[in-house]
Amino acid sequence: MSLLSLSAMKTSIGQYAVLHDVTLEVPEGGVFVLLGRNGAGKTTTLRSIMGLWRPSPGSVRFRDRDITTMHTADIARLGFAYVPENMGVFGGLTVEENLILATSKGKFDPVRLKRVYALFPALEKFWTKQAWALSGGQKQMLAVARSIIEPRELILIDEPTKGLAPSIIDAMADAFREIAATTTILLVEQNFEFAKALGRDMAVIDDGRIAHRGSMADFVADKQLQDRLLSLSA
Amino acid sequence: MKNLGAMFERFGGVNLLPVLVAIVAFVLIGAPSSWVTLTIAGLAMGMMIFLMASGLSLIFGLMDVLNFGHSAFVSFGAFVAASVLAFFGAWLGGDSVFLSGLALFLAIAAAIVVGLLGGWFFERVIVKPVYKDHLRQILITMGALIVAEQIILAIWGGTPTSVPRPAFLEGAWIVGDVSVEVYRVFAFALGLAVYAALALILNRTRIGLLIRAGVENREMVEALGFRVDRLFVAVFMVGSALAAMGGAMWAGYQTLISPALGAEMMIVVFIVVIIGGLGSIEGTLLGALLVGLLGNYVGFLAPKMALASNMILMMAILMWRPSGLRPAIK
Ligand SMILES: Nc1ncnc2c1ncn2[C@@H]1O[C@H](COP(=O)(O)OP(=O)(O)O)[C@@H](O)[C@H]1O
Ligand SMILES: [Mg+2]
Repeated sequence: MSLLSLSAMKTSIGQYAVLHDVTLEVPEGGVFVLLGRNGAGKTTTLRSIMGLWRPSPGSVRFRDRDITTMHTADIARLGFAYVPENMGVFGGLTVEENLILATSKGKFDPVRLKRVYALFPALEKFWTKQAWALSGGQKQMLAVARSIIEPRELILIDEPTKGLAPSIIDAMADAFREIAATTTILLVEQNFEFAKALGRDMAVIDDGRIAHRGSMADFVADKQLQDRLLSLSA
Repeated sequence: MKNLGAMFERFGGVNLLPVLVAIVAFVLIGAPSSWVTLTIAGLAMGMMIFLMASGLSLIFGLMDVLNFGHSAFVSFGAFVAASVLAFFGAWLGGDSVFLSGLALFLAIAAAIVVGLLGGWFFERVIVKPVYKDHLRQILITMGALIVAEQIILAIWGGTPTSVPRPAFLEGAWIVGDVSVEVYRVFAFALGLAVYAALALILNRTRIGLLIRAGVENREMVEALGFRVDRLFVAVFMVGSALAAMGGAMWAGYQTLISPALGAEMMIVVFIVVIIGGLGSIEGTLLGALLVGLLGNYVGFLAPKMALASNMILMMAILMWRPSGLRPAIK
């Protein structure tokens, strides 16, 4: 059984239908990559999962539970973490305060905290700094750190490499590999190089529909398919 | 010019504005004793306006709700406190500082309780159905303000109600040739204490953290597993209670109040919240002190300009800083 299943999701923003028919099974464990051109509906898919947009018709199931109409906060409490495209870091709060809000009890587990420090040393260095003063890469680290400061079942990450320097992207990839050893990541990416090194299973969304679904290895081998689904000219 | 700007920031930036206003006023007024009296009056007024406005700022910041009915709580606070004080008139007139202090305490407490309960009712019944719809928020909360005014008319009547106050807050201290009204010092001190308590809660507690985070990005707080809508009810109640407390203190300051009080204060309160920057109580305090001081100075120097001065201040500040002096980070 898959961890997350989306079936025939149609999501409209205002009058405008953005997702037409998204059906997708995300298995448990590892990194599942969702690719797609700019404007294809990747962000909207993640927001529909988190209950920030409401699909209608269509459903979202987590394990054997229908979460389609659940409140975002209750979905989060099931063990979801969401790292949005704009990172969602609270600029007026310190790094520490940002992280403490991501714990359900308001206390850090020392082991997890150590792990966060090890993955992202910059966060320890700027622990008491207000988050607006961090660089883009550091903000992204903070956003990812929030998603792993407690055990989670599923982490949704929206284009974490956007606008980041190559050295930081490498650090991010290492972090994701380590995180995915113990939890499931649904990763949305446009950076194919980054995504192909991480994903085991993948899907491509195009114009609000799932256009391809398979293993990353097969997709990497099929240049034609990549061109058809991801190239800007198509 | 650039150096001047850097200097300004180094010495406290926008926090300096009330001081600058006070210095300019000192030069224009000339007579130090009048200046001291006006400054104390301005600070006291500013603190009371801060109480009235702080809740509105957080309510808008957290849920993007425009509540034009906020000042109804100012009115209710004022009238409830006036009635409680009148009820304990014998204590107020007596010699016991304890009894008159108790009467004052009960009056303010009654206003706060009415604010909490009224805030709860108002949020659940009137505001909740119109989340995310500014136009309907404006219409329905304005309507509620009118209804509140009618309720006050029905209970307390249309003629101005006089507000008795404890003997120990009457009169003035004379220091040299300066006279300092006791009630003003009391209002300033109480307002400052409330500000300190609010700042402590917002900066040092988990609830405060959630409120500050929610003002910045409500969705993200929800995605971290917190029900901001439930938190909002509490913030709405406390904000309404603070407005009622401000109204109660205002009643004692004016000593004569009429049902139009709420509508009159609404404009000032909105100006303060806009000047200060939405969603931050530091900004609201700054805006309130500026409005309080300027109101008193201008009232003395050019009485005809008193009303317009707030509007001019607001426009000047918005031209300089379009999102207010110290807005919450968005
Ligand atoms: N808030 C919104 N209002 C209106 N249209 C939107 C909104 N968000 C996204 N869209 C539209 O929905 C489509 C898909 O957007 P999105 O899911 O953000 O794409 P992606 O993340 O794949 O780049 C785009 O055409 C975009 O213009
Ligand atoms: Mg996107």
